[in-house]
Amino acid sequence: MVKYLLKRLMLLIPTLLGAAVLVFFLLRLVPGDVCEIRLAGTGLYADPAEIALCRKDLGLDQPIMLQFFHFIWGYFTLDLGKSMWTGAPITHEISLRFHLSLQVAIMATTVAIVIAIPFGIISAVKQNTWIDYVVRAFSIAGIAMPSFWLGILIILGLLIGTQAVFGEPWMPPIEFKPIWEDPVWNLSQLIWPAVATGYRYSAVATRMTRSALLEVLREDYVRTARAKGLPEKIIINRHALKNALLPVVTIIAIEFAFLMGGLVVTEQVFNLNGLGRLFVESVGAQDFNMTQQLVMLVVLIFVITNFLVDIMYAWLDPRIRYS
Amino acid sequence: MTTVSEVQVEAEIENLTKSGSLWDNMWDMIRKQPLGTFGAAIVLIMILMALFANVITTIDPEANNLEFMLQPPGEAFFLGTDQFGRDLLTRIIFGARTALFVGFTCAIIGSTLGLVLGVASAYFGGLFDLIVQRIVDVIMAFPLIILALAVVATLGPGAENVIIAITIPFVPQCARVVRSNALAIREIPYVDAARALGFSHMRIILRHMVPNVVAPFLIMLTSFLGQAILLEASLSYLGLGVQEPTPAWGLMLQGGAEEYAESAPWVAIWPGVAISLAVFGFNLFGDAVRDTLDPKLRSQ
Repeated sequence: MVKYLLKRLMLLIPTLLGAAVLVFFLLRLVPGDVCEIRLAGTGLYADPAEIALCRKDLGLDQPIMLQFFHFIWGYFTLDLGKSMWTGAPITHEISLRFHLSLQVAIMATTVAIVIAIPFGIISAVKQNTWIDYVVRAFSIAGIAMPSFWLGILIILGLLIGTQAVFGEPWMPPIEFKPIWEDPVWNLSQLIWPAVATGYRYSAVATRMTRSALLEVLREDYVRTARAKGLPEKIIINRHALKNALLPVVTIIAIEFAFLMGGLVVTEQVFNLNGLGRLFVESVGAQDFNMTQQLVMLVVLIFVITNFLVDIMYAWLDPRIRYS
Repeated sequence: MTTVSEVQVEAEIENLTKSGSLWDNMWDMIRKQPLGTFGAAIVLIMILMALFANVITTIDPEANNLEFMLQPPGEAFFLGTDQFGRDLLTRIIFGARTALFVGFTCAIIGSTLGLVLGVASAYFGGLFDLIVQRIVDVIMAFPLIILALAVVATLGPGAENVIIAITIPFVPQCARVVRSNALAIREIPYVDAARALGFSHMRIILRHMVPNVVAPFLIMLTSFLGQAILLEASLSYLGLGVQEPTPAWGLMLQGGAEEYAESAPWVAIWPGVAISLAVFGFNLFGDAVRDTLDPKLRSQ
């Protein structure tokens, strides 16, 4: 097991290095950089000397391999560089926003689990009844509906709903306060993006719960349990669910990594100043440093999540033994 | 148990030998895949809408008409107008062109490149396979929208760049699935026979291997359609995709949907309905294709 873990960990290194190479050179594939956007972006004439100076400041005039070396070396010295747009250290910009995005991600996952597991179970137990059809339609709709549109609908609903009930429209607060400072404020701001992202996220997990449970319910040991007269409730809770939830746990963990991508759009809708928003802004400003560090952060989360899923799998299912 | 499966097998054989008319076949599909047929119907309506957009409506989708800003839905404007006085229904109908064009182009190019790469990777094996698979690993470590955004960061916004940005992440996904199927086919003796006969690599790949991985290829292709439409809408919503004044559903939601939420909610509602309906239709259709082509994956 330890050997397997080490081997898997070692395999992460080439993947991460490959991702670093890909994103670094991808961004520099086409001419145009932050200096041109900053100085000539508004359509004004820009002095070539000024652009050259700006490039020199940011180190963009150096040979590309040297720039790449600095980028990689930064990971060893724990210096991620500075934003080419604001000039602030990237670690500072990220740490300002990391908390918000992480909290939304955790809340969205919770929403997804709370929706997916009970609905998936009901749908499987009542297979081919109207309850099953309603749940399935609900989850198919979740996959089809863009989360940003759901976000817009939630804001719309809040505005119209509060207008009708209280006589004046209410909007979630714009400014972010950490949950330990002002929990009511914090939750009334972040619950909506969490629902918008979580619902979409729950759709895949609901379908997975349903089909996994249906499969387990056809197993011989479930038939044995039924034959010896156990009540259906115990058969499902005690015998079937434990085995059925294994793939569900996997899918929830894998989707957690995708959540970081989903947040890009949701944060825009709800005007949240999180990592996703920072990413969109850095893409718009061609802030290469910021974009590549954020991409690497997402890839790192993604790769590590997948690694943890594998370990969890072995831990949850004693039949799986790695060699 | 045996009797049941025998009956099933007989029914299948009967189905295969029965040479029904086109109508019979269609009726059979409607009966077996009601949801898939429903999805196919939505897809068909969307395609017709895109093809005959200029016949269905005579209004110019891009011309501003400041006299009629934010008109509520009514007789003159069936779904109302946006903040530039443009008819929403017209823009939604023309938006189908953008969505379907991006969707089909990305899905077809992405899955075809994936098919070629996947089969070649399985066929040649060795170092080539190893290198391709490591690259696939790397690309698959990026969430879809993050990679697409990184590509947009390089190329800049615009419809063509969006197509490239969405296609790139599809290639490795399809290549991986096709490769695992092609690996099994490579082991079948007829490939060795073809090689012994001295056929070129090109011919073996195209004539003997590709036709046998068409099923996973089509499954991936149809599943990409909905994803591509959703991704295009997201990128356009972020202002990094299709640009004004081209009618695109995601872009229509960006155009002040939140600011006008109170006074003109229809601006924020109908384009989203169009996106959801299109993705819904393509997903149902894709599920049906998967169920038909791959009995192993058949969902319960």
